[in-house]
This record gives sequence, C-alpha cells and structure tokens, in this order.
Amino acid sequence: MRLVSRKNANLLITLLSLAITIIAIVPLLWIIGCVIANGASAINLEFLTDTPAPYGESGGGIANAILGTLIINAMASLFGIPVGVLTGMYLSEYANSGKFSSVIRASVESFSGVPSIIFGIFAFTLIVTAAQHYTALAAAFALGLMMVPIVAKATEESMRVVSDDIREAAIALGIPKWARTVKIVLGVARGGVITGSLLAFARISGETAPLLFTSLFSFYWPTGIDQPMATLQVLIYNFALSGYPDRVLQAWGASLLLVILVIVINVAVKVVTRPKYKEGF
Amino acid sequence: MRSKKSSANYNRQDTIFKGILISASLLVVGLFVALFLMLIRESMPSILGNGFAFLTGTTWDPGKGVYGALPAILTTIATSLLAVALAIPVALGIAIFFTEYAPERSKFPLTLFVDLLAAIPSVIFGIWGLWVIAPLIKTYVQQPIVASIGFIPIFGGPAYGISLSLASLILAIMVVPIIASLTIEILSRTPVSLKEGMISLGATKWETVKHVSLPFARLGILAAVMLGLGRALGETMAITMVIGNSYMWPFANPSIFAPATSITSKIASEFYEATSAIYVGSLIELSLILLVITLATNALFRYVINKTNRGAKRQ
Repeated sequence: MRLVSRKNANLLITLLSLAITIIAIVPLLWIIGCVIANGASAINLEFLTDTPAPYGESGGGIANAILGTLIINAMASLFGIPVGVLTGMYLSEYANSGKFSSVIRASVESFSGVPSIIFGIFAFTLIVTAAQHYTALAAAFALGLMMVPIVAKATEESMRVVSDDIREAAIALGIPKWARTVKIVLGVARGGVITGSLLAFARISGETAPLLFTSLFSFYWPTGIDQPMATLQVLIYNFALSGYPDRVLQAWGASLLLVILVIVINVAVKVVTRPKYKEGF
Repeated sequence: MRSKKSSANYNRQDTIFKGILISASLLVVGLFVALFLMLIRESMPSILGNGFAFLTGTTWDPGKGVYGALPAILTTIATSLLAVALAIPVALGIAIFFTEYAPERSKFPLTLFVDLLAAIPSVIFGIWGLWVIAPLIKTYVQQPIVASIGFIPIFGGPAYGISLSLASLILAIMVVPIIASLTIEILSRTPVSLKEGMISLGATKWETVKHVSLPFARLGILAAVMLGLGRALGETMAITMVIGNSYMWPFANPSIFAPATSITSKIASEFYEATSAIYVGSLIELSLILLVITLATNALFRYVINKTNRGAKRQ
C-alpha cells in the first residue's frame, strides 16, 4: 500500500512536471504563431523596399528600418566584438587572482547585469548631449557595450577549456606568448568566440530600450551615421502603440523579420554546437 | 646571436600585446566607472532640487515641478517579485522534468525551446502582450474576478487589460527560461553517487529529487532566482507596452488590475518630452536607483553562485 502511494506520488510529479513544461512552451509557440499569422500578410515587395508612408496614408514599407538596424548592429559589432575578445583573452590567459584582475573581472560581470535602458541613458549623456542631436553612433555605442560582456565571457570560457598540452607544445617550440595566445589558443577556441559573437549580435538585434534616446527614429533613408536612424526595434514599438491598424500591421511584419533573424541565429548556433553540449551534460 | 635578437623581439612583441589586452580591459573598467559618474552627475539637478522627497513623494507632476518616485520604485519591485514568484514553480517543474524524466531524445529540442524563449526580443513580448494577451486577460480573467470579488481593493476594477498584473505575467514568461536553464545546470551537478545511493535504497525518482537533488541545489536555485529577478527589474520594452503608464498604483488604486508605471516605463515614455534640467535629472536619478538595485541583485547572485561553485566554475 505504501509502495503504491509512493509510486503514485512519483507518477503525479512526472505528469505535473511534464504539464508545466508543456505550459511553458505554449507562450513561445503562441508568440511565433501570432507573429507569423499577423506579420506574413504585411510583407510584400513595397514593405521590404520602401520607406514608411506619412501618417494617415496607407502603404509604405520599412526598408529604411531594416537598413538602420543592420548599420547600427554592424557599428556595434565593430566596437563590441574586438573589445570583448581582447578582454576575454586577458581574462583567460593573463589574469591572476590579484586585485587588478579581479577589478576587471568584476567590471565585465557587472556590465552584464546592467539594464539595457541604462546603456541608452549612458550613451545619451555621453554622446547625444555632446553632439546636441540624436545620433546612430550613440546607439551603436550602447549596443556595442552590451556585446562586450557576452563576447568576453564566450572568449574566456572557450579559451579556458583549451588543453594546456597545446600551450606547452607551443612553449616548447619557442613560440612567443602573444603568438601562442592569438594563433594557437584562440585558433583552437575560435568556434566558441564566433558563436558567442553571433549570439551577442542576435541579442542586440532585438534590443530596443538603448535606441530610444540615441538613434531615435526616422521616416527616411539613413543620411549619415551621426544622424537619427530608423531601426526595426523602435519601429515596432512606435507603430504598435500608434493605434492605426495599418501601422500595427506593419509592426507585426517588422516583428516577423526580427523574430526570423533571432531564431535563425540561435538555432544555427545551437545545432552547430550540439555535440559539445551533449558532452557537457 | 640571431636567436638572442629574436628573443628580445619576442619580449617586445609580448609586452605590446599584453599592453593591448590590458588597455581593452581597462577601457571596460573605465566605461563602467564613467557610467556611474555620468548618471550621478546628470541626476544632480534632481538630487539637489528634489532632495529626499524624491524617494518618498507619491506625486509626479512636471508641470508643477513635483517629482516623487515612490510609486515607480514600488511598481518595479512589485512586478518583479510577482513575476519571479510566478516563474519559480514553472522553472522548477521544467528543470525537474528535464533532468529526471525527459527521454534523452527530447532534451535537445527542450533546451532549444528554452533558449529561444529567452532569445525573443522584449519588444515582441510587448506587441504580443498588448494586442493579443491584454484583451484576452481583460475579458476572461480580470472582468470575472472584478465582478465576483472586486470589493476587495487589490482585486478592484475597472479592468483595463493593461495593468500591473499583466506586466508581471509577461515578465514571468520572460524570466522562466533564465531561471530554468540555470536550475537545469545546477540540478545536473548532483553527484551521481548520491542519486545511485538513493535508488539502491529503493527510492523513487521523485524521492531522490526531493531528498537529494533539491537540497543539494538549494543555493544554486537561489542564485538562479536572483538572476531572474535582476533581469525582471531592468526589463523595459515589454513592461512599457503593457503596464498602462499611469501613476495610479499603489496609492490612488491598490488593485493589481490598475495601470501602473515602473521605473523603466517612466523613463522610456517620458525621456523625450523632458525639457527642463530637473525633469531630465529626475528621470536619470530614477535610472541611477534602478542601477543600484540591479547591481545589488546581481552581486548577490554572483556571491551565491560562487559559493555553490567554491570560487571557480561558472562566472
């Protein structure tokens, strides 16, 4: 009798945890379903190649926002990935348990916990106030800063797991430490650095809060990197709240593009790193 | 002769290389310090102008020059705590299912789902929450509750859909994957010998989880919750889109169905219109308060996770 009730408890927990897992997956499928159902009808050639129509007029597209997101992401990556990789290399190959190293480590870790809107305010106070106008450069700075801890951590972790045998072999060959670090250890660890950078890129592609007070928004094609610039993220926010059915539909269309970008990168990274992952568990 | 020269060369190259790495790292440190100093400097007009009343005031009226941040601070804390409270049982359920019951084949798709949920941009949660969930919640949850037990102030009407409780719900969905994936990692670290010992004594899987894995993972789960809380506190876009941006909660209307304003939604929706120095300063002082709260939460997270790892492994 007691054994039966214990087995029943086990069965109950099995079913309960299964049910919870299914419930937790529902929102993901629901969101993706909604984005496809609402967004697909918005997408056509004009949507992908034109700029937004003025308020009150129908039609128009979001091509300037697509371009803007790509430009700002590219600039952010140019700043965030090198700084992240260099910091990660330092943390993996040069850092010790001393004060100096732990200050650097603490700063990198703290950055990863800073809310994204605060990066926007920081970029605003540092760049927008100095320039006295909204600029895409400030947005790229804020997003690049968000990439640094992600890339640094990926670099550090993938360089750390490189076997010391390889480092020792390089020492035995008389290869200087910088070449050992860059050409050999980083060479072995490059897969992890690339996937970390891709995930950081996917992450900033969806970040909206840092863009609100930096790149702002624009109804026109980008005119320069020190000017306000439209982005998919801010377009979704503005149009979703605008209340005009046309605009809301376009916001769903933009959401579909953004979700596709984010999911493709994440699934690709996940599939590529799959064998390693299994080992880890 | 030649080798001596190249060895000196190597040394110089090494010094230069180390210099580059250190400068990049110092840049990160410098920017972090600069972030703090800038926020403090820019909030000076508010710190001096509003004084301590900023933290205790319940009215925010830029027209009259009155800036009280208490409702925003309370809303941020309330939505985050509520979200985490909703998320913990779900995250634990996923983690237990994943580590104990899930068939090996289902593990890859499961982690994929959890990671994808974490990767969905918050503005997408916002548009979904605003246009899909808010009307449903209003009709099928809020209105029936208001109609039946609405006389209790915290369940009072009217039901708008967009509200404190909707923001907490959306936040909960967003932090579930964060808490779940770390909990999975922690639960997987339970020593196999302990689990085998339990099984050899005839314990069921649930008894093993309850008496071995969960007690063993206690601190780690606490760390996961802190990580989720830190994320919830700083979340901006989804909240701004579904919380209603009204200073009603908790003083004018204590109902969880009332629209509210969090620190982040206040900043996101008013920063453009802020013209006077004290208005901008007040919003930046809000962000400074948020920064201090989230950094404290994250420091607690790191302290706990380092304790579980005895110093090294994860962070």
